[in-house]
Amino acid sequence: MTMESVTEIEGLVLDGVRICLGDQMLVALDAQVRRGQILTVMGPSGSGKSTLLAYLGGFLDPAFSASGGVSVDGVDLTSLAAEKRHAGILFQDPLLFPHLSVVDNIAIAIPEGIRGRKQRRQLAQAALEDADLADFGDRDPDTLSGGQKARVALQRVLVSQPRILLLDEPFSKLDADLREQTRQLVFDRARRAGLPVVLVTHDEDDARAAGGQLHKVGQP
Amino acid sequence: MTGGVRLARLAPPLTLLILLGPLAFGLAGTALPALGYLPDLGGTEFTTAHFSELAEVPGIWRSALLSVAIGLITTLVSLGAVAGFVASDLGTSGFARMRRMISPLLSVPHAAAAFGLAFLIAPSGMIMRLVSPWLTGLDRPPDLLIINDPLALSMMAGLIVKEIPFLFLVTLAALPQTRHLETMRLGRSLGYGRVASFTFLLWPPVYRQIRLAVFAVVAYATSVVDVALILGPHLPPTLPVRLIDWMNDPDLESRFLASAGAILQLGVTLAALIAWVGLERIGAFLVRQIRDNGRRWRRDMAVRALARSVMGGSAVIIFGGIAVLALWSVSGLWQFPDALPSSFTWKSWMQALPRMSGPLGTTLAVAGLSTLIALTLTILCLEREYETGRGRGGGALLLIYLPLIVPQISFMFGLQVLSIWLGVDASFSALVLAHLVFVLPYVFLSLSDPWRAHDRRHDLIAAGLGMSRTRTLVKIRLPMLTRAILTAAAVGFSVSVGQYLPTVLIGAGRLTTVTTEAVALAAGGNRRVIGVYAFMQTLLPFFAFAIATGLPGLVFRNRRGLRV
Repeated sequence: MTMESVTEIEGLVLDGVRICLGDQMLVALDAQVRRGQILTVMGPSGSGKSTLLAYLGGFLDPAFSASGGVSVDGVDLTSLAAEKRHAGILFQDPLLFPHLSVVDNIAIAIPEGIRGRKQRRQLAQAALEDADLADFGDRDPDTLSGGQKARVALQRVLVSQPRILLLDEPFSKLDADLREQTRQLVFDRARRAGLPVVLVTHDEDDARAAGGQLHKVGQP
Repeated sequence: MTGGVRLARLAPPLTLLILLGPLAFGLAGTALPALGYLPDLGGTEFTTAHFSELAEVPGIWRSALLSVAIGLITTLVSLGAVAGFVASDLGTSGFARMRRMISPLLSVPHAAAAFGLAFLIAPSGMIMRLVSPWLTGLDRPPDLLIINDPLALSMMAGLIVKEIPFLFLVTLAALPQTRHLETMRLGRSLGYGRVASFTFLLWPPVYRQIRLAVFAVVAYATSVVDVALILGPHLPPTLPVRLIDWMNDPDLESRFLASAGAILQLGVTLAALIAWVGLERIGAFLVRQIRDNGRRWRRDMAVRALARSVMGGSAVIIFGGIAVLALWSVSGLWQFPDALPSSFTWKSWMQALPRMSGPLGTTLAVAGLSTLIALTLTILCLEREYETGRGRGGGALLLIYLPLIVPQISFMFGLQVLSIWLGVDASFSALVLAHLVFVLPYVFLSLSDPWRAHDRRHDLIAAGLGMSRTRTLVKIRLPMLTRAILTAAAVGFSVSVGQYLPTVLIGAGRLTTVTTEAVALAAGGNRRVIGVYAFMQTLLPFFAFAIATGLPGLVFRNRRGLRV
């Protein structure tokens, strides 16, 4: 694949991505994920599937070695520091910042181009309303239910206007009924925002619901 | 759970008594003479005359203000360096290196670190020697007031290099309670630089956990005596040094003045703590303002470089200082611009050792015994906590920190008065008890985290096998926690070795330790003898930590699960 053709493609392009631990190859992946599409990476725990997300996000542990191109809409991510990549992440836990109120948890993610305390707060409040949490702004995040926390975490990553969305088994700790609901919500919002999504999971249901390309790692 | 460890029931009340008894009685014993009541010296009526007298002492307010300033600046700089460094390098390989380099510095006694710094930066010190005469053109020491400078800059530097390791280790202990790796990643994936991610997202919960330790640093720096005697200003000295002068005055009337001063010291430390809380508020407000405007602060290289160099610099200063101390202790003739002595000799050691054996014996005995008592009480308290599931609240933590936050001098004065009245002054047991007040909190703080983190299922399995609690404790828990217990013991031991003020006051000049002897040498300025004593002072805690690190590896050499 030449550079010219890469830059013309919309979405996320993984060009010959290889991640190794010592001599052992953990991930080898070429893929193109268009805006609104989902690439699912499946594998058992310890298979190195999360290291792929760390590589995309710019947090790869120095113990691993990695190579290969990662670009979004023609912008090469690998040469950028983590804070310049705009790669939004959802972890297994919602990881709401415990010292900030619910609305501040979202406000802190709003890009710096949007100035003014008031405007930022209004945007955060609008994001809360969008998640049916309009009255929860001043609450301590620790008092929310599991599903509510997951929704706040989703809104937080969406208002940050990421280039791509990385999902690190984000549904695995939710109860079965809540899992299905949250999964649909996340996929739906990501599609609406036109984000290329990389989902890492060991749950077959996740892969089925995502419906996009499937890549398996660590399978014998 | 019935039938726990019997003795453990007594431990919590006994511990509280040991921590708070001396504090309460000591403060009372200081307050009464301050108010004129000390029958042995003819003070039988309450009066505020001694406070009026205190207010008239020339330069007293300057001394007090200086102490407040030293407390605030020392804490601000050392905390800033630690926070800045953790923000910059958390999770990198440089972080792990710094951790290994800084950790042993905690055991270096304050006085030894202060002497080391003095030997480095004095006009005839190592740094000046290294740049003379080729850079400075000097062939005799310049006439500069570097040590004992009136603004207390060298004293603050001496405190900062020692408080950095303490605050760093306290912060490291607090980090695992937060999801620090994911939080930093999240912050950076939202576009924030490292320092901004740390400041906005991680620092608030971390600071909440280390706050009492920070208070202890503020209080310590406002009331420290030994470092002030070595590096602090002379005209006027800081408040605690003046108090010691009055206390040692042959005119016994000065004791009233000294006691009134010790109450003033309480006020000075309190004022510094209140000012610190004010700084916390201002800091929190500023952080909120900056956070809310959403700026990402990606270019933070300057902050990161500064924090790294202060951290690295403090380690270099302490290591370098100790090396220079060692060099002086074996030096023969060593004229000024020479970077090395022209000859080496064991003469200083040979002359010092016979005189040192008494203080050395006292040091080892007091440190050993106070550590043993502290360890026993701590283990029984933690066992009791395990059995009842109570006692780990914030209130209990505050009680443990209290002897570290109330200025030593303010209650040690009273304890001395009390010990004379009871006829136990300069007795070995009173000295052990005085050290225990400070050894116990550190041993408890050091052991409680690993104790609580220990996997409870081992205890449950033991109970299922029919073992009693006592047997489980002795056969399962203590052996598994050997490493943590020995580390706590080494911490306690080095805290005791470093104690200056309690030893001077309760030992009353008749029971001396390596530390009191070393500090007493400060005024004389004989570098070879100071080198011997200060190096010895460093060596003792170092050996304690070496044993704590090495012994478990030896005992458990065939147990892979107990290696680190």
